Amino acid sequence: MAVTSDDVKYIADLARLQLPDDEVESLKQDLNKILGYMEKLDELDTTDVEPLEHVTDPEVPFRKDEAGDPIPHEDALKNAPDADADYFRVPRVIE
Amino acid sequence: MSTIQHDKFEAVIGLEVHAQLLTQSKAFAPVSTEFGGAPNTQVTPLCLGHPGTLPVLNENLVRYTVRMGLATGCKIAEKSIFARKNYFYPDLPKGYQISQYETPICYDGEIEIELDNGRKRIGITRIHMEEDAGKSIHDRDPVNTLVDLNRAGVPLIEIVSEPDLRTPGEAYAYLKKIRQIVQYLEICDGNMEEGSLRCDANVSVRPRGESAFGTRTELKNMNSFRNVERAIQFEIDRQIELIESGGEVVQETLLWDPDKLQTRQMRSKEEAHDYRYFPEPDIPPVVLEEDFVDEVRQNLPEMPESRRERFEKQLGLNSDDARTLTENRYLADYYEEILEYLDNPKAAANLVMTEVLRVLNEQSIDIQDFPVRPKPLADLIRLKQDEKINSSAMQKIFNRMLEQEEEPEKLAGEMNLLQISEEGFVEPIIREVLDAHPDEVMRYREGKKQLIGFFIGQVMQKSKGQANPKQVRELLTKKLDQIEKS
Repeated sequence: MAVTSDDVKYIADLARLQLPDDEVESLKQDLNKILGYMEKLDELDTTDVEPLEHVTDPEVPFRKDEAGDPIPHEDALKNAPDADADYFRVPRVIE
Repeated sequence: MSTIQHDKFEAVIGLEVHAQLLTQSKAFAPVSTEFGGAPNTQVTPLCLGHPGTLPVLNENLVRYTVRMGLATGCKIAEKSIFARKNYFYPDLPKGYQISQYETPICYDGEIEIELDNGRKRIGITRIHMEEDAGKSIHDRDPVNTLVDLNRAGVPLIEIVSEPDLRTPGEAYAYLKKIRQIVQYLEICDGNMEEGSLRCDANVSVRPRGESAFGTRTELKNMNSFRNVERAIQFEIDRQIELIESGGEVVQETLLWDPDKLQTRQMRSKEEAHDYRYFPEPDIPPVVLEEDFVDEVRQNLPEMPESRRERFEKQLGLNSDDARTLTENRYLADYYEEILEYLDNPKAAANLVMTEVLRVLNEQSIDIQDFPVRPKPLADLIRLKQDEKINSSAMQKIFNRMLEQEEEPEKLAGEMNLLQISEEGFVEPIIREVLDAHPDEVMRYREGKKQLIGFFIGQVMQKSKGQANPKQVRELLTKKLDQIEKS
């Protein structure tokens, strides 16, 4: 199950990353190494072993449905690269 | 398109309905979900996708979803997990939506819809929990998109039907039923125009008798019940026409354009592709104790069918009236509130079904926005019941009550519509009428008894509607009989 350069480019595209060609090549090798390492796990017999999705305590209680205070409006917008008085402003996303 | 041979084909339709839940706080953050606040004022760092924040599950998201599951005969999963659905869009600041994927909390249910030719069961594949995205505004700034994250993280359920629907009419009935159920359960207000209830449709067609499915398309952006029906009809016609002319249906997502009344292809950018779902590591599995599910089950409210039955059996309404009144939960509530002040179910049903529904239709408003409260309406009916006003006066006063918040009896007085039942008021009028029509009196005495209606009409007119017709009839009959005998 070797990762190809196309796989790397596809994953980069989904993550909105632009990669120069030489990085595609080195990432391809890294990813293959990681996957190769994970394949080692296939040697284990995992029949009858429940998949472990979470390592946290499943007994965590639900939260009561109560609304507390929001953060101040100014603070909400403070870290945004661009905003007006009301809204976050982002490059137009539809043509 | 009317030339299409529809009977050669049948459509297969499945609906995905999103319902915004009426919780106080968001799905994973303790902040208000209220609609209509100033932009970006109902947010926490979690809603903004800031690093280091952790979601904590709102118990009412679980409770309301289980409520819906039980009301639609679903199985409730003892353990279900949340999943991340990954995609980039500015109204989703985390870069993923928290949803459920392989293990929905409710599955394998069904509901019954009512059609002109009987009832039909529609399977519910699954109901799962997820969070809403924020709102993007594209038309207020020429070069930018504006983002409001108040809605980001508001809890939703997605209800997925089996492909059991065959016509746009069935899809419409199904959606109405879903709305009725969520309203009865008080988990969603069911308002499609405001987006608290949203619907996508999967549509395909196949030659009648064929059991394999045709290629389906997905329809989005149908923001009213009428548009759901129209869009599906349009898409069925388009697919049949395409196949008939030798073409092939392509699997794609289409947007309904409510102005042009047609569908259009989504732009490539709008089409999301690879969501790479994986288990949400920040939220532990949702493990439901039996007690929790039992508590929800025991607190299920009376559903439309049983309410309708109760209206028939206990209140003595006929089945059509009972159905109309229970169709909308809030209308049924309104009706029952009238009965708290008035022990006359039939009179109350009549007024609600004729006058109140007429006004709701004319003004296109919901019963929640109807200006007259149940108590004054009960008072109005009582005026009529006590023969203080007649039917036409009741209607006039009702119309006035829509504009003026005032006790009906006072309005009746101001409008000179109170019936005057003293004999001293009506006696002279009766005498006057009989004196003015000796010929009619003669014919009445000769046996033409139906002239009584004519006399009553004359008296009512002369009294400007204030005489009590029942009393007028009694007095007139007595007077005419006396003349007869003399």
